[in-house]
Amino acid sequence: MAERAGVEVRLENLQRRYGPVTALNDLSLTIAPGELVALLGPSGCGKTTALRLLAGLEQADGGRVVIGGADVTTVPANKRDVGMVFQAYSLFPHMVAWENVAFGLQMRKVGAAERKRRALEVLDLVGLAPYANRYATQLSGGQQQRVALARALAIRPKVLLLDEPLSALDAKVRSRLRDEIRRVQLEVGITTLFVTHDQEEALAIADRVGVMNAGHLEQLGPPTLVYTRPATPFVAEFVGLTNRLSGEVKSGMVEVRGTQLPLVQPNEPQGPAIALVRPEAVSLATDGNLADGPLVGTVIAVAFLGATSRVTVDLGGGVTVLAQMPTSAAAGHPAGTRVRLALRDDPVLIAREEKASVDA
Amino acid sequence: MAAVTQSFQRTRRQKLQVFRAVIFVVAGLFFLVPLFAMFEFTTRGRLLTDPRSLDAWKSIATYPDLIAAIVASVELAAITSFAMLVLLVPTMVWVRLRLRRLNRIIEFICLLPLTIPAIVLVVGLVPMYQWMGINFSDSILTLAFAYVVLVLPYCYRALDAGLSAIDVKTLSEAARSLGASWFTVMVQVIVPNISSAILNACFLSVALVLGEYTIAQNLLYNNLQVEIALLGRANAGVSIAVSAASLLFAFVLLVLLSLFNRGRGRLRLDDLKQVMRTERG
Repeated sequence: MAERAGVEVRLENLQRRYGPVTALNDLSLTIAPGELVALLGPSGCGKTTALRLLAGLEQADGGRVVIGGADVTTVPANKRDVGMVFQAYSLFPHMVAWENVAFGLQMRKVGAAERKRRALEVLDLVGLAPYANRYATQLSGGQQQRVALARALAIRPKVLLLDEPLSALDAKVRSRLRDEIRRVQLEVGITTLFVTHDQEEALAIADRVGVMNAGHLEQLGPPTLVYTRPATPFVAEFVGLTNRLSGEVKSGMVEVRGTQLPLVQPNEPQGPAIALVRPEAVSLATDGNLADGPLVGTVIAVAFLGATSRVTVDLGGGVTVLAQMPTSAAAGHPAGTRVRLALRDDPVLIAREEKASVDA
Repeated sequence: MAAVTQSFQRTRRQKLQVFRAVIFVVAGLFFLVPLFAMFEFTTRGRLLTDPRSLDAWKSIATYPDLIAAIVASVELAAITSFAMLVLLVPTMVWVRLRLRRLNRIIEFICLLPLTIPAIVLVVGLVPMYQWMGINFSDSILTLAFAYVVLVLPYCYRALDAGLSAIDVKTLSEAARSLGASWFTVMVQVIVPNISSAILNACFLSVALVLGEYTIAQNLLYNNLQVEIALLGRANAGVSIAVSAASLLFAFVLLVLLSLFNRGRGRLRLDDLKQVMRTERG
């Protein structure tokens, strides 16, 4: 399949309401040509609505959708030139795989022979050429989604939209297909919007990740930045695990259980606060000093995750802390042992809620 | 222990097979005995001593009113089926796509004729047909309007089952995003995937129209059933022969339908194994 440059996509101040519920609240997002942006967020945050507005499957109450410089806000879905892969299996059951892929070409009046040739070419791109004559019922879930991807790409759309295409698949197939989607997207160079609620998926596949909450973007940036420098407490808590520890902001730092930590936003107001600390910024101190202290506690669980382990420590007073570390470091600290924690001086975000706890 | 279990299972299987055979024979007799009796009656001679003949069957063609009634009923069946499909399929699809909250109301409206006795329907239809007879047409084919209402409950159920078996919304949206117009979505995506349901609905509609008597009789139209009833008073043999023929016609339709359904959507075991192998790999 010939490579070609993608187009820029702009969502400008999009608004969408369902009765009293605001699904999208002034959403603005620009996707560079050939870029893959993942929209990440909890159920009901508006990410799928944004994608459907871009696809033309729903109409916006306000704002504009611009694809390749053309305002397509009022253009119907069948005239938008976007390819879409759905969360639910969407292959036409009465057609075999290649006929499914050729359907969009048929709509574009491509001749029968050329249709079949191009359909087989795209099926080959997703590694399913040998399955061209199979019906959807004769394909596995992963294969069906790959055919759906081929079908979306066959029309050579300006934009590729992926609406949680991996959520119905098991973990192994999901991981493999995720890599496959990224490979194909890079190969074709198509501008892509990927919607998911799975943070691992979003962080692994995207050039930029947009974290959505209550109809608007909380943060948009490269995956590493979103993870290491979350812009808001919501992003910090939604992307990855976060410990919520009581502390006090003083002169540009926050003191958490006797440890001074720098702040992401140094101009935070003074006073009591909740510091959001990543589990990987928490380690087990190795100096052997287990005298009572604010960071001394009892291991209550150790979760083996392969190369790393996650240790849950009870610091007393209803406060538990997650610490993630190499499995070798966690070895020798089974449940019940006393340990002392150390907090790495990574910049932390501040939340203002009252109760300190662990957000797992 | 294993031998005892196997023996118990074998006995159980044999009992089940006997039970199935008995049910099959009883049901077969229930359907076939009346058919046989009809055939036997229509092939009797005038006297008990006369040899059997197919005169009653052969003479069907010699009754012009009967032939006209058969033609009219077949035409009515075709028109009713077509009108029912044109009315119901797009409406039901649209309700599923855009107006889900109207689903219950549409269902209620479609099932309503089931609760209204035919004779009550006639009372409501008479003034309408009087008006139509003067201002539009008094052709027997206008009965199709009444018959569309009559077949709604049965066809709605058949089509509803078909539409419930597919994800109408996702398939439509997928087709739309690929450039299909709404007409193409209906004709090339939805209809082929509910073809069995459409055939079922058509069959029910044809069976109902071919067997309808009350409305036609009371609105003074001579359809097949009215003509059979009239003929029954003059020549019982021919009347029963026509009844048997219409039953056979319905039976053939049913067989064709089941043959058509059987050939669709079968997943071969080899394919299933292949799918599982690929998924694991």
